[in-house]
Amino acid sequence: MKNPDTNSLPKKNPLSFQLDVSKWEKASSAEKEQQIIERESVTFFKDGMRRLWKNKVAVVCAFVLLFIIVAVIVVPMIYPYNYADQLGIAEVGQLPDATYNNLGPMEYSNTEQAKIDAGEDVFPHLLGTDELGRDYFIRVVYGTRISLSVGLFASIIVLIIGTLYGSISGYFGGKVDLIMMRIVDIIYSLPDMLMVILFSVVFKQTLAPAIEGTILEKLGTGMISIFLVFALLYWVSMARLIRGQILTIKQQEYILTAKALGASPARIIRKHLLPNCISVIVISTALQIPNAIFTESFLSFLGLGVSIPMPSLGSLASDALNYIYSDVYRLLVPALTICVIVLSLNLLGDGLRDAFDPKQKK
Amino acid sequence: MDKKFLYYLLKRVLLAVVTIFLVVTITFFIMNFIPGGPFMSEKSVTEETLAALNAKFGLDKPLGEQYLNYLKGAVKFDFGPSMKMDGRMVTDVIMEGFQSSAKLGLIAAASAIVLGLVFGSLAAVFHNKLIDRIVMVISTAFVAMPSFIVATLLLWLFCLELPVFPANGSTAAGLVLPIISLMLYPMAYIIRLTRSSMLDVLGQDYIRTARAKGVAPSKVLFKHALKNAVTPVITYAGPMVAFILTGSLVVEQIFAVPGLGKYFVSSIINRDYTMIMGTTIFLAVIVIVMMLLSDILYKLFDPRVDLS
Repeated sequence: MKNPDTNSLPKKNPLSFQLDVSKWEKASSAEKEQQIIERESVTFFKDGMRRLWKNKVAVVCAFVLLFIIVAVIVVPMIYPYNYADQLGIAEVGQLPDATYNNLGPMEYSNTEQAKIDAGEDVFPHLLGTDELGRDYFIRVVYGTRISLSVGLFASIIVLIIGTLYGSISGYFGGKVDLIMMRIVDIIYSLPDMLMVILFSVVFKQTLAPAIEGTILEKLGTGMISIFLVFALLYWVSMARLIRGQILTIKQQEYILTAKALGASPARIIRKHLLPNCISVIVISTALQIPNAIFTESFLSFLGLGVSIPMPSLGSLASDALNYIYSDVYRLLVPALTICVIVLSLNLLGDGLRDAFDPKQKK
Repeated sequence: MDKKFLYYLLKRVLLAVVTIFLVVTITFFIMNFIPGGPFMSEKSVTEETLAALNAKFGLDKPLGEQYLNYLKGAVKFDFGPSMKMDGRMVTDVIMEGFQSSAKLGLIAAASAIVLGLVFGSLAAVFHNKLIDRIVMVISTAFVAMPSFIVATLLLWLFCLELPVFPANGSTAAGLVLPIISLMLYPMAYIIRLTRSSMLDVLGQDYIRTARAKGVAPSKVLFKHALKNAVTPVITYAGPMVAFILTGSLVVEQIFAVPGLGKYFVSSIINRDYTMIMGTTIFLAVIVIVMMLLSDILYKLFDPRVDLS
């Protein structure tokens, strides 16, 4: 009687107020089958993607970003003008054509008009040209490309340093953690924007001779100083986040097991701890990109960002301020592009967070 | 509790002092890292003049001694003479510019907090209604706009297209647009903070109790809910000051406000090294002190916060 099988019911005490179980009808096997919940077991990633896909705003933002990324890669390949070419400067021996400068959208210079009159095909300047006779549309496309890549690379730098630092600090704990976190505290309380400006001023002066002749020269001191500044200052919040995650995960039994089996700290961090905070890492990287784009455009606006003739959305907006009376579209196009990119990245980042880390949902 | 709080206070103040010291040190050494010295760009300088200039600014002494002198000066809030503005002390220029900047920043910060709290609470009270949706869309959009973009767009819209405000920020009416451009981002951020913490608080049991007891709805909202929902906003006060200060660098430039930001930017362009150092340290101290204050206030306001 200790082990009653499910078909034999316990006898009801006549004095009990309990329901008489024998009056209940048993479920047939067909009915039992209906109760089985048949749902494919999904992986964490698939589940998150499904939730992300349901978030209409995030999906739209993802497509907007995809469109922009494809555009900045493809357009420079097929567009007949270059971002640095001053079209008005003619070949040796010919007079420069000043009518190339400051063209309005879809306008042609005298030289081009003559060509059109002669029956030649001339590709129109979709957004006109700037004060040096450079096609403005391609400059905006290039500026977007540069702003996006700065954002992406800066975030990757932050990701690598922050993850490394945070996981080491979190895993070892104790004195190591204490010292490493005090350093983070100090860097965290440095006013970042001011330090960015200061570093950019200095790097712009000092880096130029150091990188002369190398491939870095093409990148320009402004870009490198932005990356350096991100590598020096911006990783702290990522490090804090990762450390917090690691601190909770390392209490789990499987970490103890791994330790008992003799896994090295590096292996435990790499194989057991980091994969479990991957969603936090991805989400905060996604939210770091708009931050980096903000910083880059701010610096370029101050004249500390990318080096001429390379454009970035910030420097384009800054240059366009001089022409706000005559050609306001020159300001609006880069300004709105920054807003659209940052907005889409913010919303997509929020969507990713909701989809992959429901605990963090605000 | 009290002892714990004092310990926290001490630790936090110490961190702030160390940070300020670090800012001064970093600023000093990194500016000295620039090769050639500040007078390189002046073309027609003879050897003697250069030596005289270096002697005047104390640049002929060894680096360690210069550093100690600078540190001594910085404690007394004396950053030496400006290198490009003849005969003017950096401290005087900073104080002069800071007057307009402080006015601008304080009004912007105050209006961001007030409007942010009002709209944030409105959105929370009318959760998922039309007002909530509109407020959220607007605040999401503003969080995506850097202040210099807002400033240039406002300049175009309200100075050129509809000439309502003057483009020159040296008059009172001209300060409206700079204030708005500095205010929008923090306001949008505070709206989002207030809304989410307000939603959280409004769902708590004690709010239901208060309502069930028949407390007036406005009293429930202001006394019971808002008082508790405001704590996350306090933590944002420090970063907000930092944002407004750095935003003012470009906004003042765009609207020609004769403030600290404008001097800072022109000192970057002119390579006025002492001015750059002085302004950086001055602004950094403000930011660090504000961070300190908002951290301490947060702990005072919310006794539930763990101090360890």
